[in-house]
Parts: sequence; C-alpha cells; structure tokens
Amino acid sequence: MSDKITFTIDGVEVKAAKGQTILQAADEAGIYIPRLCNMSGLIPYGSCRVCTVIVNGRPQSACTQPAAEGMIVENETEELLTHRKNIVDMLFVEGNHYCMSCEKSGNCELQALAYRFGIAAPKYPYMFPNRSVDATHPDIFIDRNRCILCARCVRASRDLDGKGVFEFVGRGPNKSIAVNANARLKDTNLDITDKAVDVCPVGAIIKKRVGFAVPIGQRKYDTKPIGSEIEAQNK
Amino acid sequence: MAKPKVATTSLAGCFGCHMSLLDIDDRILKLVELVDFDKSPIDDIKEFTGQCAIGLVEGGCANEENVRVLQDFRKHCDILISVGDCATMGGLPALRNTITLEECLNEAYLDGPTVYNPDGVIPNDKEIPLCLDRVYPCNEVVKIDYNLPGCPPSADTLWEALVALLTDKPVSLPYELIKYD
Amino acid sequence: MSKITEAAIKEICASCGNDRDRLMDVVNAVQAKAGCVSDESIEAIAKQLSCHRVEVESVVSFYAFLSKEQKGSVVIRLCNDVVDKMNGVDAVAKAFEDELGIKFGQTTDDGKITLEYAPCIGMCDQAPAALINNEVMTYLSTDKVKEIVKNLKACNDPAKLKHRLGDGNNASEMVHSVVHNGIRKKGPVIFADYDKEAGLKNALAMSPVEVINEIKTARLRGRGGAGFPTGMKWEFTRAAEGKKKYIICNADEGEPGTFKDRAILTERADLMFEGMTVGGYAIGADSGIVYLRAEYAYLTKLLEKILQDRRNANLLGKNVLGKKGFDFDIRVQMGAGAYICGEETALISSCEGLRGDPKNRPPFPAQKGYLGHPTSVNNVETLCCVGRILEMGAAWFAETGSKGSPSTKLLSISGDCQMPGVYEFPFGVKVSELLKEIGAENAQAVLVGGPSGQIIGKADYERTICYDDLATGGAVVVFGPERNMLEIAAEYMEFFIEESCGYCTPCRVGNVLLKNGLDKILAGKGEPGDLAMLEELGNTVKTTSRCGLGQTSANPVLSTLKNFRSTYESLVKESKDGMQPMFDISAALNDAETIADRKSVIFKN
Repeated sequence: MSDKITFTIDGVEVKAAKGQTILQAADEAGIYIPRLCNMSGLIPYGSCRVCTVIVNGRPQSACTQPAAEGMIVENETEELLTHRKNIVDMLFVEGNHYCMSCEKSGNCELQALAYRFGIAAPKYPYMFPNRSVDATHPDIFIDRNRCILCARCVRASRDLDGKGVFEFVGRGPNKSIAVNANARLKDTNLDITDKAVDVCPVGAIIKKRVGFAVPIGQRKYDTKPIGSEIEAQNK
Repeated sequence: MAKPKVATTSLAGCFGCHMSLLDIDDRILKLVELVDFDKSPIDDIKEFTGQCAIGLVEGGCANEENVRVLQDFRKHCDILISVGDCATMGGLPALRNTITLEECLNEAYLDGPTVYNPDGVIPNDKEIPLCLDRVYPCNEVVKIDYNLPGCPPSADTLWEALVALLTDKPVSLPYELIKYD
Repeated sequence: MSKITEAAIKEICASCGNDRDRLMDVVNAVQAKAGCVSDESIEAIAKQLSCHRVEVESVVSFYAFLSKEQKGSVVIRLCNDVVDKMNGVDAVAKAFEDELGIKFGQTTDDGKITLEYAPCIGMCDQAPAALINNEVMTYLSTDKVKEIVKNLKACNDPAKLKHRLGDGNNASEMVHSVVHNGIRKKGPVIFADYDKEAGLKNALAMSPVEVINEIKTARLRGRGGAGFPTGMKWEFTRAAEGKKKYIICNADEGEPGTFKDRAILTERADLMFEGMTVGGYAIGADSGIVYLRAEYAYLTKLLEKILQDRRNANLLGKNVLGKKGFDFDIRVQMGAGAYICGEETALISSCEGLRGDPKNRPPFPAQKGYLGHPTSVNNVETLCCVGRILEMGAAWFAETGSKGSPSTKLLSISGDCQMPGVYEFPFGVKVSELLKEIGAENAQAVLVGGPSGQIIGKADYERTICYDDLATGGAVVVFGPERNMLEIAAEYMEFFIEESCGYCTPCRVGNVLLKNGLDKILAGKGEPGDLAMLEELGNTVKTTSRCGLGQTSANPVLSTLKNFRSTYESLVKESKDGMQPMFDISAALNDAETIADRKSVIFKN
C-alpha cells in the first residue's frame, strides 16, 4: 500500500495510485471535478480549463496535474465556480449553439455543465461567428458552429483509430477543426465505426440518420446533472 | 389593494412561449387571481394602460417594430423577463446573423430553392417594419432582469418564476427546469 | 498557381533529411521560394515527410509569416505596435497604401508587392519601422515611403533600399542593415569588454557540477521575465534521465517594446554562444539550438558566420577546446512569426515542426523537452551572463545589483522619452531614476515588462526594477501625459488576441471579451458595472489560462483598472432608462433603409 499517494480535495482525504492525475483520483473517490475536454481513454489535453483547481495555492488543470503526496486541492469554492461558469459562458458565446435544434441536446456535455451550474443565460454578448458545416460524408457531418475545440476527435482519431483525420488550423479566435483532406470530410478515411465519431462532447460531429432518437425526459442529462454518476459512488 | 399587472409580448418568436404559458393549465385561474393582464395577446390589449409589475418578452429583435415594443416594455415594466431562447440568444431567427440582410432577403424572396415569386419582388410596403441588420437578443437592446431559458420554457418554469416574483421570493429554478430546448 | 515544382519541394525536404521534425525549415523554405505554401505544396510536403497533409496545413496556418495564399515576391510588413502608432505609423501606413494603390492585406495587381501589418518587430527605439522581406527599414516617414515604393517598383529588390547603414556590426557585410544598435548605457556585464574564450576555458577546467554550482553561487536568474534560477534549471536537466540532452537559446523576443536581444545578437552573439556552450557542458548536452524570431532573419548570416568561426577555432565541434568527450554544436532554428513561441514549451513545439502550442506541464522541459529529451531553454541575455560569470567569477557578478537580484539587467526603452534605446542598468534601479536618465520625467505611465507586465502610474515611480518588485524581461515603454491609457490597454489586448494560440478557452475567448469591454467604455457606452465585469473576467483569464501568455494577457486591463481607475470612472455612466447604451438603432437599420430605399418612420433621426 505504500505506493499509494494521499492528498486532500476540499479537506477530504483522497488516495491515488502513482501516475494518476488529480481528476482520475477524484473520480475514483466519488468527487466530481467538472471537465469538458477530458475523456477517459484519451490522453489528457488541458484545453477547456473547466477542471481548474487550486493546488497548494496555485491554479492547475486537474486533468493534467499528477496527484502528489500531501497536495492540498481546492475544488468546490465560490471563486472556482465563478471561473468555471465564466468559461462555460465563453464557450456558449464563442460559437453558435442553437440547442433547440441540435441533435445532441440533452446529451451535450457543454449544455449539461451549464445546467449543473444553473446558468440561465451567458453573461457575455454572443459573437455569432460565421462557421462552416461539412455534410459531404455519407454517414457523418461536422457542424463547426458547435465545436468547442476540445480536440477529443483529434486525439481519438490519432491515438485510438490510428488515422489522424482531424487537426486544428488557424490560431487564436480563428482556430478551427480541419480534416485530413484537401477540402472535405468525404475525402478522408473517416468511418462511422471510428472512435473519433463518438467522442464529441457537443453536437459538432454527428452521425447522420440518427436524429432525435431519445425522447425529451429520457436523455442523459434531463433529470440528473452531469457528474452525478461520479458523485453517486460516494453515497 | 389592486392586483399587480403583467404584460406579455411576442417579438421575433413563434408564440411557442405564450403557448407554454397557457400550458400551466388550471393554474391559470390562480394566476388571474394573483394578477391582472395589461398589454398582451392573451387579452388583446394593444397598448399599455399603465405601469406593470412584470413584463414577459418572447422573441428577439429582428425588426424596428420589435425594438419599439421592447423599449416600450422596458419603460412600462418594473421587472422585465426574457422568456425563451429567442429572447435570450436570438433563437432560430438569429441563424441569419452570419449573413448580411441583403443575402437573407434574396434567399427568402428570390433565390431560395422553394421560392415562388414570379414578379421577383421583395415585399417593401411602408407598413412593413424595416429589418435590423441582424437579430438582437433582448438584453442587447434593453436591460433584462431575468432570463427563463427553453424552447419554449416549460409551463412549470414560467409558473415557478412568476409565483416567486409575485410573492417576493428569489427566482431560483430547480435543475429540471433549466433547459435550453 | 503555385510557383514551385514538386521536384523543388522534394529537394527542400531532402535537404532537411525528409525529417518530419524539421517541418518548420521545410515550410519556411517553400514560403521563401514560392511566396506561399499552397494546397499542392502541402500535399507534396506531406508525401515527402510521410505525414498527414492536415498536419502540414495546421503548421502553415499557425504562423503569421506562412501563408496558403500567394504573396508577392516582396512582402512589406509594417509594424503597428503601440510605440509605432505613437510615432506616427498611421500616416506611414496611408502613404504605403497610396503609393502602392492597395490596402493592407492586399497584393499589387502585378503580384509583386504585398502589404501587411506585423506586431512588434523589435525596433521600437527606431519606430515607425517595417520589414521588407528580411530587410529592416527604420525611422519611416511618408517621404521615405515614397522613395521605398519607387525603388521597389523599379528594381523589386529590398536589399537595394538601404543607404546609410547602422552602427557596429549592422554595417558589416554579414548584416548590412540600417538598424542602429541603440546601446545607450553600457554596464559591466553584457556590453563591457570581455576576455573571449576565458569563460569557456574556465568552465572546461571545472567539472559540470562545479560549473552549475558557480552559476548557483552567482544566483543567476532567467532574464526572459519569469526569473527562474538558471543553476537549478541546469541541475534538473543534468539530473534528468536521458542519453541525449539539449540546450536551447530563446532568441524569440517578441514582447512588444522589447529589443535588447537584438543588440546582443548583433554585438555579443559570440558571448551568447559561449554561454550556450558552457551550458551544454554543464547539463551534458551535445546539441544547442538558437530559436531565432523570423523578424531577426537579417542577422542569420552573421550568426552562421560566428558559429563557423567558432567551429574553426574548436570552440564548437568534437572535443571542444581539447576537452575529451565534450562534443557540442549549435544550429539556428528560424521561427515564422508567432509571439507565443517565446513561451519555452511552445518554442520547443515549434522546433519539433509543430504548431507553436505550449505543452502541458509536467513534464517540464528539463525532464522531457525537445523531442522528449531533457532540455534547458535559456534567454539570450541569461546565456551572456553565464559567459561572464565563468570568466569573472560568481562574486564579481554579485557586486552590482540589489540584494535579491544580483548584477545588471538590459532594458529596452522606448515610447515618449528623449533617448530610447538599450540600457544596461544595475538591478534595483528606481523607475524615477530611470525616467530621469532617459529624459522622460513627465511620464504619465510606464509599462514595465511589456504588455504582459504592469502599466504603472506616478504613485509607483519609487519602486525598483528587480525580481522582488517590478520584474521585467526588459521592455520599458513610456507614455507621456497626453496618452489615453485605456486606448493603450485596448491596443495591447488586440495584440494578445492576435497572438493567442487558441488552445485554451479563457485566453482564446476571454481576451476578445476583454477587448470588447474596453472598446465599449472607450466609445462612451460603458457603465460602472462594466468595471467589475472586466475585473472578474480578467481574473478568470489570469487564473485559468494554460500558459504564461494567457496568465498575463489580462494585465493591460487589470493593471490600468488598478492604477488608472479614475480614467475608467470618468468614462462610464449608469444608463438610467434601462436601455443598453451599446445598441445603435440607426446603425442596425442602415442596411434595411438602403435596401428598401425608405427611412424608418418609427425611429426618425
């Protein structure tokens, strides 16, 4: 047992295996640290910053920071909640998120975080950017209006599917997701069975002919907040 | 004591939010006990008769008439509530916000695949309000006190919020009632 | 139509060993030859380097000096930094547009000349300035522009534009530039005469651990701004597991208002290479890389020449100075226009042929850096200090400076002052003393450390420049009484928006929102509540951003909110009627009134 690391999150003692991140250890301990770009099975990326926690007084992303002996981690504080809400607000105003007509609504992790944080409306003005849709592939389409640049598809295609279909182009506010083809998704080797197709937290990568398959009321986050499945282990 | 007055309107919306208000079913009888309706499509009062406690605004601002009505609501309502996604973020009408007004009108009246317009005329009677360059969420035009999200917000959401405000309690919606669809 | 053949691309790739990690060199070469890296070129490069085309496209789209669209054979990049604006760049810009008959972002009809803006090119002390291909043009005026354009139209060769060359090595055959060193104050460390090779000889007479100890005793801290103890960094890198190790010199100074490394690279490159060699010996590296910003490409010939001289003198190469087993050489890696690459992990990404995205830490570069090998990234000035410490000893080094911050610091001083230039001040100098020396005693505000530092007002002029008070990588920009500090802050936010890599949310989105908030206030539409909003938003960007850029990008807003609060307060007022001041009905109706050819009846002006 000596190779276990002990540290605290909001005063609660948590054990971690060597090499585990704060977020992984918290998950196992039934403590939910909100996150968006992180996904179990993908290499931690640290881009959304929603999982920012305070480690020994310094901000760190819980998804990339390894747990260390004696670490003091703050997670559920007023200050961090404000930052996390602000980040979620930023993502909503940065893109064009028409939840009312999005197939992912009810199962969308961005939306679910906003629900969990009780956000009725973002506090910043909407930017209404002009972004493109690529529906050329027979089975899949990309709606960049909804993309939050989390790189889950980039990582999954590269590391799990061994394909490298997705990559980012541009920088700063002009950064966007591109595909490994001269122009269009249909010219890539993306396949409906690829892991990359299933990992999008929002409705940016959608399988065609699925539509609104689950009725309102029965979708993933209709009644249970995101993270409650992790917190349930703690009960 | 006179009952507080409530006004409602639909700007660039689909009246779905008003339908949702009617969806509170028999609680509407309770609501009528609590409030009087002033300017509203529900009682068809066209202009404000006086100051209102609460204004419910559905839809965003797509044209000059929407702006006029919204500004009028702000002047006449102590508390102004943006009801539904169109009022809050522009909603589906705001899909045109990434193109110019000219492109939008051409697509709608001349170039769209389902357009039948043999005369090739874009309607332009002086009675038709002029469109804005884009659809503005209500809070970009006037200050909004509360947002009730949803497309539409559920009857329960509207009921909870109204009752809280009318009984001087804070508006805090439970998890199930904050929905964007 | 791309002007480059597939065969030429093959040749370029082959000259880089068809090595995917050398992608930066490949795309830089293609851009230089063809004036663009077109879709066809991207395809050909990907084939040659055995990688996905989208990886190449990703890199090309990241750097400002690379472009998929065809550029002219001459590209004019006019610097539009704050200091250039203060020195009248707008008139210069208009002159370029008028003379060329094009707008910024366009290319002349004959396809020969492209006109663009560039952020700080490291010439603030001789602003307005521009890069014309790799040539630097300084002290621009409308008359000068007319002459430049006339000459370019006649001969299309930027090299022929130079008349009076600059001082020192600027006038040498290798550099041949009009840039002035602008060294106004020489201190004992960087610009004093020194005994060449003595530092390296002394180092090689010691063990690597002794060298590190010497640096630790001298309490040398990084000169780039963060101030990490150099000895410790080297100790970590030395201790890290790995057969191959690297030392990288960060010559990507891009902080607006910074140009002190320009002076070092021109006049003290040899000392810098000596420091690098000492560092290589100390950490156990056999390779060094100088990451040079694209804006300083005019210095590459000089740097390559000095490197060759050092190789010839066995100061580089096998068994350096006869030290058995110590092999060390240095290569120059060119950047391609990205401020973020001054961040050490982004710099490493760029060296690896990737987008200049910073990496996640841990692992730190000392553990896993360039291509996964333990790497020490050090600033140009830091490495010069190393050379001098080994020459003169740690005790000598600590003779100058303040208690917590030994020795001197190079400051790049520009803006509203009589004598802009490079100054070597002892650490601990008061801002007021500095202002007196540079002829700027009436300064309203001073930007210490560039926009990622602090904008301070008169109340802070008795504070000192050192690691424990006003820390700085070297940029000092002075603002006279007539400047609007909110406008300045907004300009700097625009810079951060342009230069954010876009990897993390708060920096990518938050900086745009901060800028919009400032613009609202500057337009006279701000309300008191906006100040609290900006403060909260700024703190989110600062706290949650992933790297140093985002963690400091809110500083222009946060420091002016703190130090120039009354300016903000004088500009905001409460909107009492419940209307949003930003909403402009006449602007919103403009399009419709034109299309419908009638005026609004509801909103008559």
